[in-house]
Amino acid sequence: MTTRRRASGGSRAGDRRADDLGRGSSDAIITVRDLQVEYKTTLGKVNALNGVSFDVPRGSVLGVVGESGSGKSVTARAIMQILERAGKITDGSIVFRRPADDRRESTQQEDELEAALDSSGEVDITRLKPTSDAMRAIRGSEIAMIFQEPMSSLNPVYTIGFQIQEAIRLHQNPDKKESWAQAIDMLDQVGMPNPARIADSYPHELSGGMRQRAMIAMALSCHPALLIADEPTTALDVTTEAQILALMRRLKEEIGMSILFITHSMGVVAQLCDEVIVMYQGRVVERASVEDIFYHPKHPYTRSLLRSIPRIGAAEHTPLEVIKGSVPDPYTKVSGCSFHPRCPDFIGDVCRTVIPPETLLPGAERHGVRCHLYDDERALAGSTTEASR
Amino acid sequence: MSTAQVTGAGLDEGTDTGAEAEVVVADSKVGEVSQTQLMYRRFKQSKLAIVSLIVLGLLYLSALLAPFLSPNDPVQVDQAYKYAEPSSLTWSSGPAMCTVKQEIDPVNISTTYVKDCSNPIPLQFFGHGFDYKVLGLIPTDRHLIVAPEGDAKLLLFGADGQGRDIFSRTLYGGRVSLTIGLIGVAIATILGSVMGTWSGYAGGKTDTLIQRFIEVIMSIPTLPLWATMAAVLSPDMSVTKRYFLMTLILALVAWAGLARQVRGKVMSYAKSDYVSAAKSAGAKSPRIIVTHLLPNSASHIVAVSMLAIPAAIIAETTLSFLGIGMVEPAISWGVLLKDAQRIDVLQQYPWVLLPAVFVIVAVASFQLLGDGVRDAVDPYS
Amino acid sequence: MVIWILRRLGYMVITLFLVSLLTFFIIELAPGSAVDSEISRLRAMGSTVSTQQVEALEEQYGVNDPWIVKYGKWAGGLVRGDFGMSFAYRQPVADVIWSRFGLSVALALGATIVAWGIAIPVGVYSATHRYTLADNIITLIQFIGVAIPEFLLALAVLVGAVQFGGIDVGGLFSNEYRNAPWSMDKLLDMLAHLWMPLLVISVASTAWLTRVMRANLFDVLGQQYVQTARAKGVPERKVIWKHAVRNALHPLVMTLGTTLSVIIGGEAVVSIIFNLPTTGQALLQTLIVKDTYVAATLLVMLSALLIIGNLVGDLLLMWIDPRARVLD
Repeated sequence: MTTRRRASGGSRAGDRRADDLGRGSSDAIITVRDLQVEYKTTLGKVNALNGVSFDVPRGSVLGVVGESGSGKSVTARAIMQILERAGKITDGSIVFRRPADDRRESTQQEDELEAALDSSGEVDITRLKPTSDAMRAIRGSEIAMIFQEPMSSLNPVYTIGFQIQEAIRLHQNPDKKESWAQAIDMLDQVGMPNPARIADSYPHELSGGMRQRAMIAMALSCHPALLIADEPTTALDVTTEAQILALMRRLKEEIGMSILFITHSMGVVAQLCDEVIVMYQGRVVERASVEDIFYHPKHPYTRSLLRSIPRIGAAEHTPLEVIKGSVPDPYTKVSGCSFHPRCPDFIGDVCRTVIPPETLLPGAERHGVRCHLYDDERALAGSTTEASR
Repeated sequence: MSTAQVTGAGLDEGTDTGAEAEVVVADSKVGEVSQTQLMYRRFKQSKLAIVSLIVLGLLYLSALLAPFLSPNDPVQVDQAYKYAEPSSLTWSSGPAMCTVKQEIDPVNISTTYVKDCSNPIPLQFFGHGFDYKVLGLIPTDRHLIVAPEGDAKLLLFGADGQGRDIFSRTLYGGRVSLTIGLIGVAIATILGSVMGTWSGYAGGKTDTLIQRFIEVIMSIPTLPLWATMAAVLSPDMSVTKRYFLMTLILALVAWAGLARQVRGKVMSYAKSDYVSAAKSAGAKSPRIIVTHLLPNSASHIVAVSMLAIPAAIIAETTLSFLGIGMVEPAISWGVLLKDAQRIDVLQQYPWVLLPAVFVIVAVASFQLLGDGVRDAVDPYS
Repeated sequence: MVIWILRRLGYMVITLFLVSLLTFFIIELAPGSAVDSEISRLRAMGSTVSTQQVEALEEQYGVNDPWIVKYGKWAGGLVRGDFGMSFAYRQPVADVIWSRFGLSVALALGATIVAWGIAIPVGVYSATHRYTLADNIITLIQFIGVAIPEFLLALAVLVGAVQFGGIDVGGLFSNEYRNAPWSMDKLLDMLAHLWMPLLVISVASTAWLTRVMRANLFDVLGQQYVQTARAKGVPERKVIWKHAVRNALHPLVMTLGTTLSVIIGGEAVVSIIFNLPTTGQALLQTLIVKDTYVAATLLVMLSALLIIGNLVGDLLLMWIDPRARVLD
C-alpha cells in the first residue's frame, strides 16, 4: 500500500481544493481559514481548534453543530477574541468584511477600527490584539454575541435597561437620555411586553425567555452585521425556544442579519439554518446547505448523528443508534482522522495516519467533506490499495 | 483496555466490507472510588496542607513528649538564673555549652551574666535530669538533652523572671495551648451540629427559638464574651478544673456560629429530592437525619470547624496573656507570654517572646490545614 | 422601607434586652459577689471594713436579693443612664463610659474602613494577577497577618516604636496635651497616637478580607456575565471594576458581622496594650479586677455597637444587591 507523504497538518493540495473559494467570496461576512486555538492548562496543552475553515455568508444563518468539546464555542469566542486567558489563537485567519453601506458614529474606537480596515473594508481579526480599541469597536458593535444561560449572562446587579444602554453609549450615542430611549425601543422590537417597565427591572425579576430576549435586544442594540448565538435556546423550554427562533427568523428576513448559530440540536438546525457546518474535535468535518446535510449527509459522523436521533413512529423495540465509544480525552492527540476510532466506515491505515483534507463535492451548492471516503487523491490510489488487501 | 470489533455498517458509498476499526472503550472509573478516597486524593494535592499536617504532628508530638524533651524542670524556680540569656552552644568533641555566672551589681541593682566559654560543659544525650512519669505511669528521669548534674543549666530559650527554663515551659505549655482549642472546638462542633441539624430539620417554632438564641450569642463580640465568661471563674480554682472550664467556655460560644452554618446546609439538603424520596419511602426523621443529612454535611462541618481551631488557640493565648485565662501555676503559651507584657522586660530580655513563635506556627499551620481540608471537601466553595 | 428599618430597630431593642439578660446571668455565675472582691480589696489595702459598711454595700448592690430584683436594679439603672458606681474607677460609671464609647466607635469604624480600603484593591489585584510573584507575596503576608495574635503584634509595634522611633506611644495624648484644652495641636497629637493602634487592629481583618476578596473575585470573573460585558466591547478595566467587583463585594458585606466582632474584640486587646481609654479596655480592666457589674454594662454597650454595625451591614447589602431588596 502506498502511503501518501503528507504533513499531518493537512496537505497543501487538499487545502487548495477547499480554497477554491479563495479568500472567500465577498459575499461572506466572516471568512475563517485554518484557525488553530491552543489552551495551556496545568494538565497539558489542549488543541481546541485544529484548523477550522468556513465562511459565514451574508444575510443567512450558518449553523454550527457538534458534541461538547468539538470546539463550537471556542470558534465563536475566537472570532470575538474573548477567549479565556489560557487560550490563544496560534494560527490561521479570521477575516471580517464590514458591509460597504455601514454607517457608524465616530468614536475613538471606531477611528481605530477604520485605521485597521484595509481598502476593501476587510480586517483580519487575528491580527488585532484582544484588548485593542479596534477589537472593542468590533465587539458589540459590528459583531455581537449571545450566550447560553440567560440568567448568568446578565449582570444581576444592574437593570436590563442599564445594560443595554451601556452598549449603546459605548458604541453609538453617549447621551444618557437618548440611549435609554433607544434601549427601550430595542426591547420593544424584540417583542417584550411593556418595554419601559422591563428596562427598569433586574434580571432576576424576569423569566428565562424574557431574559434571552433582553440579551438579544442588548446584542442588537448597536445594529451589528453579524450575530453569534452560542446555544441560546438550550436552557429554555420548547415553547420559549420556538418563540426565540421565530424572532431570529424575523431578524434575518427583516434586516438581513447574518447569524452564526451554535447548537447541538439537529431539530433547531432544521428550523432555522440555511447552511450548516459540522464540527468534531476542533475541525470542520462537513459543511453544506441545510438540505444537503439532512438529505445527503456524507461524513460518517454526520450520518451517525442523524441516525442517532430517535424517530417517532419507528418500529418498537428497535435499539437506539449510538456512536460507539466516546469523545476522546482532549489532552491526547488522535492520529490521522480524529473520528477513526469510532467510525463505522473505517477503511484502514490511511484513516489512522493521515488527516483527511477537505474535498469539495460536485454540485450546485457548496458541500465540503473531510473524509478519506471522498478523497479524490486517495481514490486515485485506491485501486492500488484495493489490490494490496 | 478492551477493544471491540466493528464491522463496516454497509453504507452506500465506498466502504469495504470486512474492514475493522479499533474501538477503544476506556474502563469507566465512575463509581469505583468512594467519596472519602476522592477527598483524600484532593487533599494530597495541596502540598502546603501536607506540610502543615506534618508540622502540627511534630508540635503535638513535642507536647506529648514534653517531659522527655525538656532539659529542665519547668516549674523549678532558680534565682541564680533570673532572666538569663539562652545558653551559648559550642562544640567540644560533641555539643557543649558555655557556663554562665551571675553577677549582681549592688549599685545599679542589676543582674548581669558573665559568659565563660573556656571550659565548655558537654551535653549529655539521654542523660539524667529531673524526675517525671512517662504517660503518668512509668517513673524515669531520662531526657533527650541535658546538662550534667551540677551548676550549669541548659537554657535553650533562656530563663524567665523567676529563673525558669523557657524552653521546657514552652514544651509543657503546648500541652495546654494545643489541646484547649482542639477539645473546645470538638465540643462546639458536636453541640453546634446537633443544634443546627435539629433547628434546620424541625423548622417552625423550634427553629425560631434556637435561631433567636444563636442570634443573641452572636450579637456579643466574641472575644469580650469569652473574656467575661473567663473572668467570672474563681481565681482559686485548681489548674485542672480551670482547664476544663476554659475549654467549656470556648465551646459555649463557638457552637453558635457553627450551628448556623449547619442549619443552612441542612435546610438546603432537606429540600432536596433524595430526602423527599426517602420520606415517601416511609423513612422516619431520625433515619433521614442520620443517613442522609449528616453524612452530606459532615465534610463541610469538619472543614468549618478546622478553621475555628486557630481562633480558639489565639483566644486562649490572649486571655491567659491578660491574666483571665489560664493562670499560674498552670503553664500555657499565653501564661508564658504574660511575662512579655512589660516593655522594659521585652527590651532587655527579648527571649521571653520565643513562645510566640510556637503560637504563630501552630496557628498558621492550622489555617493552612483548614484551607486544605476545605478545598478537598468542597472545591467549589 | 421605613417600616422595615423601624422593625429592625425594634428587633435590636429586644436583642439587646436578651443580651443584657444573658450577660447578667453570666456575671451572676461568679462565685462570691462583686462586693466580696471589693471588701477583700479594701481589707488588703489595710482599711477595716465594719460589718455595717458591709451590710450597706450589700444593700446597695442588692446582694441578697433574688435574681430578678438584682437584674431589675441593674437594668433599670442602665436604661435610666445611671450606671452606678464603679469600684475600679472610683467614679460614677457614666462618666467613664461615654467618652470611651466614642473612641471605641471611632476605632471600630476606622479599622473597618482601613480594612476594606486595603482589602478591596489588593484583593482585586491579587485575583487578576493570580500566581504572579506579587500575588504570592501578598498571600504570604496575608497568612502571617491572620496567624499573629493581635496582642503580639501590638506588643511588637509598641516595642518597635519605642526602640526605633523613640516616640511616646502609650495613651491617647502625650504628656503635654493630656490636660490641655482642645486645640488643633491636641487633635493632631491624638491622631498621632491613634494611627498605630488603628493599623494593628485592622491587620487581622484586612488579611482575612483580602483573601476572601481574592477568592470571590476569581469566582465572579469566571461568571458568564463578565464574558457578556467583554463581548459588548466594555473596556477591561470597567469589566473588572464595574461588573465583577460589584458582585464580588456581596460576601464581604455579608460577613460584616464577623468582621466587626473581630475588630471590636481586637480593639479591646490593642487598647489595653497601647493604654487607650476605650470601652474595650475598660471592659478588660474591670474584668481583671472583678468589677463585674460595670463589666456587664460595658459588654452590653459593645454588643449594641455590634448590632448597629450589623444593621448597617444589612442596609449596605440591600443597596448593592437588588436581589436582597425583597423585603418581607
